Amino acid sequence: MSRLKLFVPVIGFFALALLLWRGLYLNTRELPSVLIDKPLPQFEIETVLGSQLVTNQDLPDKIFLLNVWGSYCLPCLVEHPTLMRLSEAGEIPVVGVNYRDRQKLAIDWLDVNGNPFSFSLLDEDGRLGIDLGVYGAPETFLIDRNGVIRYRHVSVLDENIWREIFEPAIAELRAEQVGL
Amino acid sequence: MIPELGQFSLILAFCLCVILATLPLLGASRNNLLWMSLARPLSAGIFVFLAISIGILAYSFAVNDFSVQFVANHSNLLLPTRYKLTAVWGGHEGSFLLWTFMLSGWMLAVSVYSMSMPIDFVARVLSVLGILCCTYILYMLATSNPFDRVVPLAPADGVELNSFLQDFAFILHPPALYMGYVGFSVVFAFAVAALLSGRLDAAWARWCRPWANAAWAILTMGIALGSWWAYYELGWGGWWGWDPVENPPLITWLLGTALIHSLAVTEKRGVFKSWNVMLAILAFGGSLLGTFIARSGLLTSVHAFATDPARGIFILAIFALAIGGSLLLFALRAPLLKSEFGFGLLSREIFLLGNNMILVVASASVLLGTLFPIVYQALTGGLISIGPPYFNVIFVPLMALLVLLLGVGPICRWKKTSTGYLVAQLSRVALASVVLGVLLPLVILLEFSFAATIATSLAVWISLTMMKDLANKTANKPTRLQGLKSLSLGYYGMQTAHLGVAVMLIGASMSSAFDSEKSVLLSSGQSIDLGEYVFVFDGTTRIEGPNYIGDEASIQVLKNGEFERILNPQSRIYITSGSPSTEMAIDAGFLRDLFITLGEAKEGGAWSMTIYIKPFMRWVWLGSIFMALGGIIATRDKRYRRLRRRQEELLAEDLRANLQPAL
Repeated sequence: MSRLKLFVPVIGFFALALLLWRGLYLNTRELPSVLIDKPLPQFEIETVLGSQLVTNQDLPDKIFLLNVWGSYCLPCLVEHPTLMRLSEAGEIPVVGVNYRDRQKLAIDWLDVNGNPFSFSLLDEDGRLGIDLGVYGAPETFLIDRNGVIRYRHVSVLDENIWREIFEPAIAELRAEQVGL
Repeated sequence: MIPELGQFSLILAFCLCVILATLPLLGASRNNLLWMSLARPLSAGIFVFLAISIGILAYSFAVNDFSVQFVANHSNLLLPTRYKLTAVWGGHEGSFLLWTFMLSGWMLAVSVYSMSMPIDFVARVLSVLGILCCTYILYMLATSNPFDRVVPLAPADGVELNSFLQDFAFILHPPALYMGYVGFSVVFAFAVAALLSGRLDAAWARWCRPWANAAWAILTMGIALGSWWAYYELGWGGWWGWDPVENPPLITWLLGTALIHSLAVTEKRGVFKSWNVMLAILAFGGSLLGTFIARSGLLTSVHAFATDPARGIFILAIFALAIGGSLLLFALRAPLLKSEFGFGLLSREIFLLGNNMILVVASASVLLGTLFPIVYQALTGGLISIGPPYFNVIFVPLMALLVLLLGVGPICRWKKTSTGYLVAQLSRVALASVVLGVLLPLVILLEFSFAATIATSLAVWISLTMMKDLANKTANKPTRLQGLKSLSLGYYGMQTAHLGVAVMLIGASMSSAFDSEKSVLLSSGQSIDLGEYVFVFDGTTRIEGPNYIGDEASIQVLKNGEFERILNPQSRIYITSGSPSTEMAIDAGFLRDLFITLGEAKEGGAWSMTIYIKPFMRWVWLGSIFMALGGIIATRDKRYRRLRRRQEELLAEDLRANLQPAL
């Protein structure tokens, strides 16, 4: 009996190894956010292009995307065409969070590449980013019409991700809100 | 052509590893002296070829050979030369080469400093290390070759080395951490060799101890350097973040700490034998787990390297083979390793057992917190994150308990101690600790904090019990000085390391209990008060570095109205990547750190900045230095050398006896 006990660590270890192996195939880039199903943090902040302060009241009162970006961020250029298409087609409003960037560089970036955002919150010191639990640009939050965060996507939002994750999620949100 | 030589050298090292992994091991089981004696020269050969290999990679960086993929990805023409050389470990492939090179360094060290051990044992140890080295090189050649070329056209310039890595601490942190990490594979090899040979006694513990101490001391420094780097480079004012990649070194360190204590018991009293083996396997497991987590992209972290599932699978296979295999071996062989001696309920053994239990529980809870998000996701598909609150709630009380035991343990006698003796020895010390613990923070900082009171009491407890113990141990000698001289280096090492715990405890608790910070927007000429300091902003100047441009602020620090010094935090933009980076300005002092990060320029020449005051911050690292120093002092103990002489004679006899059948 006591000899059998000695095999407990072996079994425990292989359970751990199995877990790690399984973990390799889980999508951990889909980072959890403690803010899921919580309202957006309150803010009163400048925008990149405007001079007056905006608050939560200025956000769209329908489902929208909150996209964290920066002029220094190369992956942001990759997702940029998707965001442009979405906002130009009027499919969904996109609000930007210009994260840890400089206003002048951000303005230039929007000039050169085009501006998909209704407006971009100017988060130079990353304060809002901290409140949102942002790891870095790019990240995209899906916000429902009550200003509640419903989904968080870390890294590039391309057409595939849009089709496979965001479209179903948005359809679900719409159905839910019609139901109410 | 030159990079191909590096790869060729890597392949040669692999071939030698294959021989080392097999022949000496077979030789040891068949008593073939020739095969066993191959272990030492093979280790030296592996070291030489890996040194050539890593040297050539460094050379490729130095001469800007961007046709090498790894160089092109981690260096550019503008990068200062010292960072070009350290960029060798700035990415996955190169850092794994460094890791493997470190292992070969330890193998060489074992082959040189193992003259006191029987040849069959050395052969087994080196062979086990050879198996590990073999899998590491295979892994590099198969999935992460640092010498891969960019074909057909090499880029004219490379990309930027991550700006966080362009820093002095990065020159030291990874090599020190890896060396400590890899050092535990030596202890692991000792454990496996003990299981294979069935030889696990006090002598084994004595051979093992210097290696465990050395690996532990270096790992301590590696972790401390990492936390120092995070503190002044990442700019969030903290020194430990419970990041998924920071945790495995801590797990390894905790298990390693348990191991060096249980080895002491085995050497002195012959108990806890198989427990040592278990700890050695687990500590090494912690280091492999760390490698796996950092290199597989399993958990998202600031340290993550490139993520490629094939790499993850390969490391997982190494992990399963090494740890699963050795645990299986343990299950089969451990019944042979029975302990013969008992000990009383109140004895030093019991306190060290308590130490081991607490450290193992602490490392298990850190492991749980690190992996729980994956468990949760695998079971429910949901996503959660475990933050510092979980770790602090579990970890802090456990460490407080550990420190309490730490005071009693050294005073306690081996085998059996009476309650009356302990009470007589410690009651006044305990009272003094509580009184000083309450008074000291009040007097020095004029503030009361429950956490600081507890921490100070514990730190005083460690220091006073230590002095009491020193007084006891020197009491019987004619003079105190003679008494001090008669104590062994092992004893001094222990006390130095324990003192380090007290110092670190003060640093960690004071800096978190009494820190103050303020984020402000200042125009030139404006000032801000914080504590007894006034900070006057004198504007910024443009600066130009070799590979960055930026602004440098000039901030006068006044204490109680008197000028102290000027601090110059910077805000940089790295030219090649365009990525921004802030350089903190830190005025490090024995009793407090002043720490300023420069944010962004606003309209009208105002700058945002954050100012921190952190009391006793330096003590965190000072404590680590004491701990590491203690570990190193203990390895220099005379008894390991005395033993060597005696063993050399035995070895000579052994050889004669062994040679007979071979002839």
